[in-house]
Amino acid sequence: MTAAIETVALKKVFGQTTAVDAIDLQVARGTVYGLLGPNGAGKTTTIKVLTTLLRPDGGSARVLGHDVVRESAAVRAKVSLTGQFASIDEDLTGHENLVLVARLFGFAWREARARATDLLDAFALADAGGRQVRTYSGGMRRKLDIAASLIVTPELLFLDEPTTGLDPRSRNQVWDIVRAIAGEGTTVLLTTQYLEEADRLSNRLAVIDRGKLIAEGTSRELKASVGGNTLHVRLESADQRASAETLLASALGATVTNGVDAQVLSAQIADATRVPDAMSALARNGVGVHEFSLGQPSLDEVFFALTGHAAEASDTEVVS
Amino acid sequence: MSVSAAPTDTLHRVLTAERRPPTPSALSATFTLGWRAALKIKHVPFQLFDVTAFPLMMTLMFTFLFGGALAGSTRAYIQFLLPGIVVQAIVFITVYTGVGLNSDITKGLYDRFRSLPIWQPAPIAGALLGDVMRYSIAGVMVIALGTILGFRPQAGWFGVLLAVALIILFALSVSWIWIVVGMLVKSPESVMTSSFLLLFPLTMVSNIFVDPATMPGWLQAVVRVNPVTHLVDASRGLMHGGLRLASVGWVLLASAVVVAIFAPLAMRMYRKER
Repeated sequence: MTAAIETVALKKVFGQTTAVDAIDLQVARGTVYGLLGPNGAGKTTTIKVLTTLLRPDGGSARVLGHDVVRESAAVRAKVSLTGQFASIDEDLTGHENLVLVARLFGFAWREARARATDLLDAFALADAGGRQVRTYSGGMRRKLDIAASLIVTPELLFLDEPTTGLDPRSRNQVWDIVRAIAGEGTTVLLTTQYLEEADRLSNRLAVIDRGKLIAEGTSRELKASVGGNTLHVRLESADQRASAETLLASALGATVTNGVDAQVLSAQIADATRVPDAMSALARNGVGVHEFSLGQPSLDEVFFALTGHAAEASDTEVVS
Repeated sequence: MSVSAAPTDTLHRVLTAERRPPTPSALSATFTLGWRAALKIKHVPFQLFDVTAFPLMMTLMFTFLFGGALAGSTRAYIQFLLPGIVVQAIVFITVYTGVGLNSDITKGLYDRFRSLPIWQPAPIAGALLGDVMRYSIAGVMVIALGTILGFRPQAGWFGVLLAVALIILFALSVSWIWIVVGMLVKSPESVMTSSFLLLFPLTMVSNIFVDPATMPGWLQAVVRVNPVTHLVDASRGLMHGGLRLASVGWVLLASAVVVAIFAPLAMRMYRKER
């Protein structure tokens, strides 16, 4: 069976900017694949090429076995796209929006209305179905947008930053929906700026920066290359930073870096089980800790580890 | 992690209800998008009123302020003015074709339509279908106000109907200009702003408000080549009698020329990024 997505040296240029620069991707069917990168990295452009909305300037891309240039109609018939900005009509009600898309897929009026009602139920939007979308919250819009992408269950669903700008509750709802969709066998390609999101949802992920693919693998592999988890410690007093640094370094067996903030220390640690020892070492030696956190490395830290530069949002995000 | 069990179950049911209907015909897709345009008129009637308000205001102002001086009485003037005001009102709202298309592009709705397996020009055809509805409603509003002010078509209401049909035909050709503008500029507001540069001269430098006979010669020449002048002539002829077929001919020719230039341009721009 062919891969869901296969690109070879894919390239897209806008004027002076190479938005997608020789990207090779392999996405297996039935998996969730994450494209991780900051604003302007080329995530949206990649998705637009794969959904036939943009024509590539070099290389090739096959989606579900069809070439995106020569067989664009076949690709369009099998995939669904939920863009970065909710592509729904704000003037219409939620129900009308879904009926519209269902009609455009070829459902008869009665079936289109039934499908719209079912999807609103499934996405817990039934109560809001009769309201104009302009009254919806960000989370409701996003859910409606995803629902519109599922009018006909696609073989491959593209989600461009599905949770950007959502509150934590809505984000969890969207995650549940993505898991349910993937659980039914639909291949999902999602883009995100959050490593946590890519980690929780996807089987494999690719990190892209300035149009180039800089790392690819499972999230475990990727985090291992970055150095596992990150410990942040905020001291009660900046005066104790030097001694705290020495104590942490020896207890963790890791390099400790100083944050911009004079009270903050950070360390990339491969083995989280040594954290309790490290924290008690600080307490035993009278170093006051204001707060500490153990978490996954942020996108910035992943980028720093992979590229040596911070994940600065480039100013050339091309939305066209 | 789940919010509640029920949505996940219905989600499962919805996702496994595998049934892919046959691809809709071009006509069906166009009518569906026309239905969307009708819903927008229903949900946002303001879009119709804010542009129609201007010609309605002009009708009232010109009739009562200048009607007596220009035609001897307000009642005599409204007979002269009304066919032209209907033209102005409908030609003015053509800009919303471009505003609507532009906001669909900037909001990403256009990408959704383009990614569907439908006859690709359907969104434009559907928008034009919606335009026919908007133009008809605007025409009815202006004629209703005129009738209250004393407008009585001497050639009967069938003539009025024919005149409105001719005006809508011309307006649909002008719509193509806004489709091109809507694809070129960055925001719906810029479409609106650019429209005044074309629509004001087009409707003011014409015979809508006064007989051009008293204008300087060079201006009369401009007025004579303005297709709106011929459209107003034809509308007056159809509403009050004394129709000159030549003016209908000029209107049809002008419409054909505008469509011949702008429709292929619009379709090429629409298909460009494929």
